[in-house]
This record gives sequence, C-alpha cells and structure tokens, in this order.
Amino acid sequence: MAGAPAIVDANRALQDRARAREDAAVRRPIVRFRGVKKAFGAMTVLEGIDLDLYPGEKVVVIGPSGSGKTTLARMLMTLETPSGGEIEVDGEPLFTMVRRGRRVPADERHLARVRGKIGMVFQHFNLFPHMTVLRNVTEALIHVRRIPPEEARRRTMAMLERVGMAEHADKYPAQLSGGQKQRVAIARALVMEPKVMLFDEPTSALDPELVGEVLAVIKEIAAKGDMAMLLITHEMQFAREIADRIVFIDGGKIVEQGPPEEVLLRPKSERLKAFLARFRNGMGLR
Amino acid sequence: MEAGILLLPGLLRGLRVTLEVFVLGAMLALGLSFAVGLLRLSRFPIVRTLAAAYVEFFRGTSLLIQLFWLYYALPFFGVELSALAAGVLGLGLNYGAYGSEVVRSAIRSVPKGQWEAAIALNLSPLVRFRRVILPQAWPLMLPPFGNLLIELLKGTSLVSMITLGDMTFQAMSLRTTYARYEVPLFLLLLVLYFLIATATSAIVRRLERRARVGRSA
Repeated sequence: MAGAPAIVDANRALQDRARAREDAAVRRPIVRFRGVKKAFGAMTVLEGIDLDLYPGEKVVVIGPSGSGKTTLARMLMTLETPSGGEIEVDGEPLFTMVRRGRRVPADERHLARVRGKIGMVFQHFNLFPHMTVLRNVTEALIHVRRIPPEEARRRTMAMLERVGMAEHADKYPAQLSGGQKQRVAIARALVMEPKVMLFDEPTSALDPELVGEVLAVIKEIAAKGDMAMLLITHEMQFAREIADRIVFIDGGKIVEQGPPEEVLLRPKSERLKAFLARFRNGMGLR
Repeated sequence: MEAGILLLPGLLRGLRVTLEVFVLGAMLALGLSFAVGLLRLSRFPIVRTLAAAYVEFFRGTSLLIQLFWLYYALPFFGVELSALAAGVLGLGLNYGAYGSEVVRSAIRSVPKGQWEAAIALNLSPLVRFRRVILPQAWPLMLPPFGNLLIELLKGTSLVSMITLGDMTFQAMSLRTTYARYEVPLFLLLLVLYFLIATATSAIVRRLERRARVGRSA
C-alpha cells in the first residue's frame, strides 16, 4: 500500500489549506487605518497612522492629550474626514465608494451603511436631554433599524438591565448621575449591535467615585462581546486588564504598540517611558 | 357709552381683517423663518449667500415701503395682488427675515455633541433634525418668536396704507365721521391691539411651558 501515505498527506494538505482560509477570513481586519492623516488648518494632528483592528480584538489607545487619539476614533465614526490616507471597515473604504467604475467621495448612503457597523461612546455622554432613558435607547432601533416599537422596547430593557439602568428607564438624563448617564450611553450604542465599539475617554468627565461603575460595565461587555473595541483612556490599570493590545500615540504617530504587559511594563521609547512615569507618580500603576 | 356704541361696530369689522392679516402673515413668516433659517445653514455657500441676501434686504428696508411696492408698484410689472395678498406677503416676507435669524441661531446653539451622537447612532439627516435637533432648538426659538409675533401684530396696522380695511383703517375713517370722539376712539384702538397682543403672549407662554416638559432639573 504505497499510495496510502500520499493520500493521507494530500488530505492533510487540503485540510490545512481550508484552515488557513478560515484563519485568513477571521484574521481579516474589521478596521484598517492606512496612512491616515489629519490636519486642522495648519495644525497637523495625525501624520500617517497605520493600524489594524481585528474582529473581537480589544485595542486600547493611550497617549498625552492632544496626541490625536480622539481624532482617530472620530474619523472612524465619520465625525471628521481624514486629510489623507484611507480607512477601511470590513474590507470596504469608508470615505470613498465606486460609482460607474470610478472611485468617488462617499455619499450619505454609503456612509450610513458602513457607519452602521460602528458604535461610539463619548466622553460627555451626549444623551438626548429631551428623551427618557428608554427613548434614548429605542430611538435608533426604531428609526434606523426599523424594528417594531414593542421589540425595540424589549431589546432596550434587556440592554438597560445589562448596564444596571433598567429601573431608571423612565427618567430623563438630567435626573441621572454622570456614571448612570454613561451607562445609558453605552446601552444606546450597544443595542445597535455594532461590530466595532469606540470609547472616547468614557470616564474622563466623571467624578472619581463614579469611574468604577462605568469601567465595570465596559469590562463586562469586553468579556462577552465578539465585538472589536477601540478604547481611548487614561485609566492605565483598566487598560492593562482589558486590552489585547495597547497602542501608544504621541505627536500624531503610533510610537509603540504591543501586548499590555509589554507596553506598560517594558516600554522601549523614551516618550512612552516619560508618559507612563507621570501615571506611576500620580495614580500608581500596580 | 354712546361713543362705544357708535365706534365699536366699525372697529370690530376692522378687527376681523386685522386678525386675518395677522394670522396669515404669521403663518407665512413662520414657514419662511424655517425655510430660510435652514438654507442659511446649508453646506453650499451659494445657497447661504442667497438666503443671507434675502434676510438683509427685507430687514434693511422699511415694511411700509415693501407694502407699497407689492401693492402699488408691482402692477407696473404685470403682477397684480389683492390688498390682502400684498399685506400678508409683505408682513410674511419682512418678519420671515427676522424669524430666520431666530431659527438659525437656535439650531446653532444646540450643542455639537447632539449632532455627533445622532450621527454615531446612524440616524438619517432628516431624523437627526426632526427628532434630535429641532426638539432642542424649538424651546429656544419660542421667546424670540413671541416677540416677533407681537411686532408683526403691530406691523399689521400698516396695511391700512394699502387700502385694507383693518382696525387702524376703520379708526381713521371713523375719526372723520365722529371727530368729537377722537379720544375714546384711539383709546379703544389701543385697548384692542393690547388685548390681541396679550392673548398672543399667553399662547406663546403656554407653548414654552409645553416645550419644557421633561427638561426639569
């Protein structure tokens, strides 16, 4: 039976190739920044960012204020337009589209379709003050996803339950604490089931005693979600616990990136060392 | 007493016309306020410029002269308007210019974060405006709109100059008939305008209260 091993080999090769294909599909970035630049007038905020975010991956972006990390998230949410480079979401350019064989700037319909894969939580919550908590969360389900009100309500209550805000469903944002507002804002973004969630300094505007409840909610989402997360924060301990990868941005460039232990405990660049030293002195990086 | 009996029927006939011009003029002005106010926030510079030109023109020239143009001058260009149409159009165009500034500034004072949250939730531009921005801008518009409404009411007296039989017009013709009652006549006229103005502010205040619901604390 001289042929048998060859058949086994061939089978194995086929299986390997199938697995490789699967891996490649899984490993295709959900978000891809390629040479992304942003300038506001004469001021350059980002100069050439290359960054891939994979499905389910939790990436934490750290860096001094004014380093451009918020701009990165805002461009992905289409709140800013890049001055150069390209952003791809799920293999598709975000700011351009093909019309009659030509690549043209994206119209509102293209933006809306791609944007639907992304959710964002803001530093200042940005809840709608004239709507109750419930309506804040049902709004996009009903008016974007066209889900019937009863079903939207059911999903909203389940989501509010998850962030511990179900009992406040009928209150207005003005009646809530900062931490509660941010938890509602998280529910509002999450209920749309985005593939990527952006958190732009979600605890920076909170009183210190309210930070914990918000971080706990984010941690719970990160643990369960197969959703990718891009999280901008100054909470180093939290970054270490939650991140698959930490990206350090300074002066509009990615200076260093890698696994949390690597970046936080064994920084290579002087700039990252200096940045982390400030946190060690102040809040203590355990 | 006798003065009242002699004067009131004529004044009340004028009151109907005044109210008619007031309500129609206000509706036109409100519609123009929104249309032009939004055009002034357009992405396209040419649209913004045209809208601004309209505002500057109608704010910068006198309402009375605008009415004269609409009623007396336009026929020479082949456009003949009834006195009522000219009156309503003049008031609407004039106060629409002021109102568009109210709409524009109210919309612009809704915090940027509200627009951004609406975009992040992928609400369509129309839904964004109708369900997020407008409900927050509307309460800001009401007090200045209330002021403009009362201005508009007082402006209606100018339509008497283009032959429309409003309260002021009636008063002027009663004055020639009953010269000895000039004081009670103009007193009555004053009171009637004041009553309409008071009722108008009461309605606007009610709208303001309703617009504030849920925004306590």
